[in-house]
Amino acid sequence: MDIIIKLILGCGTIGVMFGVAGLLTWVERKQSAVMQDRIGANRAKIFGFKAMGLFHAIADVLKMLSKEEFIPQGANKFLFNLAPYLSVVFALVGFAAIPFGDRLILGDRVIELQAANINVALLFIFAMMSMGVYGVVLAGFSSNNNYAFLGGMRGAAQMIAYEITMGAAIMGVIMVFNTLDLQLLVRGQGEYLFGWLPKWGVFVQPLAFLLFFTAATAETKRIPFDLPEGESEIIGYFVEYSGMKFGMFFLADLVETVLVAALMTTLFFGGWQVIYLMPDGFHFPWGATIALSHITVVILGVLAFFMKLSFFIWLLMAIRWTLPRFRYDQLMKLGWKILLPTSLINIAVTAVVIILLN
Amino acid sequence: MSYTSEDRRKELEKYFDQKGPFALLRVAQMKRAWKQSNRRELTWWESTYIPTVASGLWLTSKHFFRNLTLHILHLFGLYKDIPAAVTYQYPEQPRPLAKRLRTRHRLMKREDGSPRCVACMMCETVCPARCIEITAAEHPDPNIEKYPAEFVLDLGKCVYCGFCVEVCPEDAIRMDTGRLDIAEYSRQSMIYDKKRLMEDVQQ
Repeated sequence: MDIIIKLILGCGTIGVMFGVAGLLTWVERKQSAVMQDRIGANRAKIFGFKAMGLFHAIADVLKMLSKEEFIPQGANKFLFNLAPYLSVVFALVGFAAIPFGDRLILGDRVIELQAANINVALLFIFAMMSMGVYGVVLAGFSSNNNYAFLGGMRGAAQMIAYEITMGAAIMGVIMVFNTLDLQLLVRGQGEYLFGWLPKWGVFVQPLAFLLFFTAATAETKRIPFDLPEGESEIIGYFVEYSGMKFGMFFLADLVETVLVAALMTTLFFGGWQVIYLMPDGFHFPWGATIALSHITVVILGVLAFFMKLSFFIWLLMAIRWTLPRFRYDQLMKLGWKILLPTSLINIAVTAVVIILLN
Repeated sequence: MSYTSEDRRKELEKYFDQKGPFALLRVAQMKRAWKQSNRRELTWWESTYIPTVASGLWLTSKHFFRNLTLHILHLFGLYKDIPAAVTYQYPEQPRPLAKRLRTRHRLMKREDGSPRCVACMMCETVCPARCIEITAAEHPDPNIEKYPAEFVLDLGKCVYCGFCVEVCPEDAIRMDTGRLDIAEYSRQSMIYDKKRLMEDVQQ
């Protein structure tokens, strides 16, 4: 029975996140259109229904599946075919450790709403995100194309630079909440400072949030940090890819966007925590209470998680459609000379403050 | 003494007065020099990129939420007169054209329906693309010397310069049909004869 529940949770998580990432192709087109006073994709229709251009995602996938899959001469076929799968799989696997709800009690069974209950969940996710570099490097390396190779190298350099900042930025959060388990970390964020301010990561570690946000945006390899890709001008690691394999790289970016948004929600914005919602209902700081049943509280939590997730996806998309690309030296300077020292200082200051408060 | 915008204006005027060779290139050089001399170091706060990123996001978000609100209101049929997007849904909703825009040609008619053209060959002569080909014939009416037995216009060659319209002494050819979307499956069907050019066009 436990195995079945785990299977449902796992498939559900992967399915929902894959679906969200697929939907993001539509969101991206529509959001950019609305931001730029345009209408956006609205022509694809099935039986006369346009559904605001939602079918464009399906049309795109059909198009990519039916296209020729070209493998360049002299390419390493095995690695060439492996690279896109690595990119997508490692981006997707990260979701396993992200808690999207409080523990659900059905009868005498306690279900943690999290596909995998790993006590080092944070390390697991970061390991998986780092593995994503292999997709990039292998794609560049195996294409037998110098442009792709350089793109892959740029990708590796960028992702290593920002991976370090990302790890250093969350160190502060780990120190404050004293755990690597994401479910415990989210529970820890259910406390209140001064009795009214939720103890969310962003309130106890604002600088870490800013650093993490920047580094995580760089991890998604999208504008303004799209130097590994740069489809139109500088040519990235997937030039030689066509058809659905190109689509998978594209999807991996979007999946990573969702993953990064989920991480930001979990680490800095209280995950599934709703402000002033305790396991038995709302307890407002001014004394009012609203009693709610267990199921309602859990559902509210899941809803809150997805609301926060959507907000961060929106924000990442808005950034992608607002900022121009960094120059390569600016990128490296930002990563090594600004973000990394700042994150180290953040760790030191956090450590001192924690010792002083104890 | 630094290089100010006033200096720049004077330099530009000088170059435009001289109008020597490569004047435009020199202007571009001046512009670059001005830009470089006016470049300043970013302050610490600016070098974090936060203020510019925030202001950029503020601008795009303003557009996003304004347009989204309008789109939603339009769904309920409210505020239809305030557009949420500048898009024209082209084939269904053509863009308004300027009155004097040069579009596909048409041959004007006399009251009896025959072409007003007198086959003077002015347009054929002036045409830089050589897309007009007229075969003249004698007109039965002695008051009119000639008429075009054939008037062939190859839209595949036409460059839409409008010289034929300007040169025509009889105001027999005009470019005011408002037709821009001239697309065909073969080069042959791009060639318009007298009959097609004289068809009434809904404007």
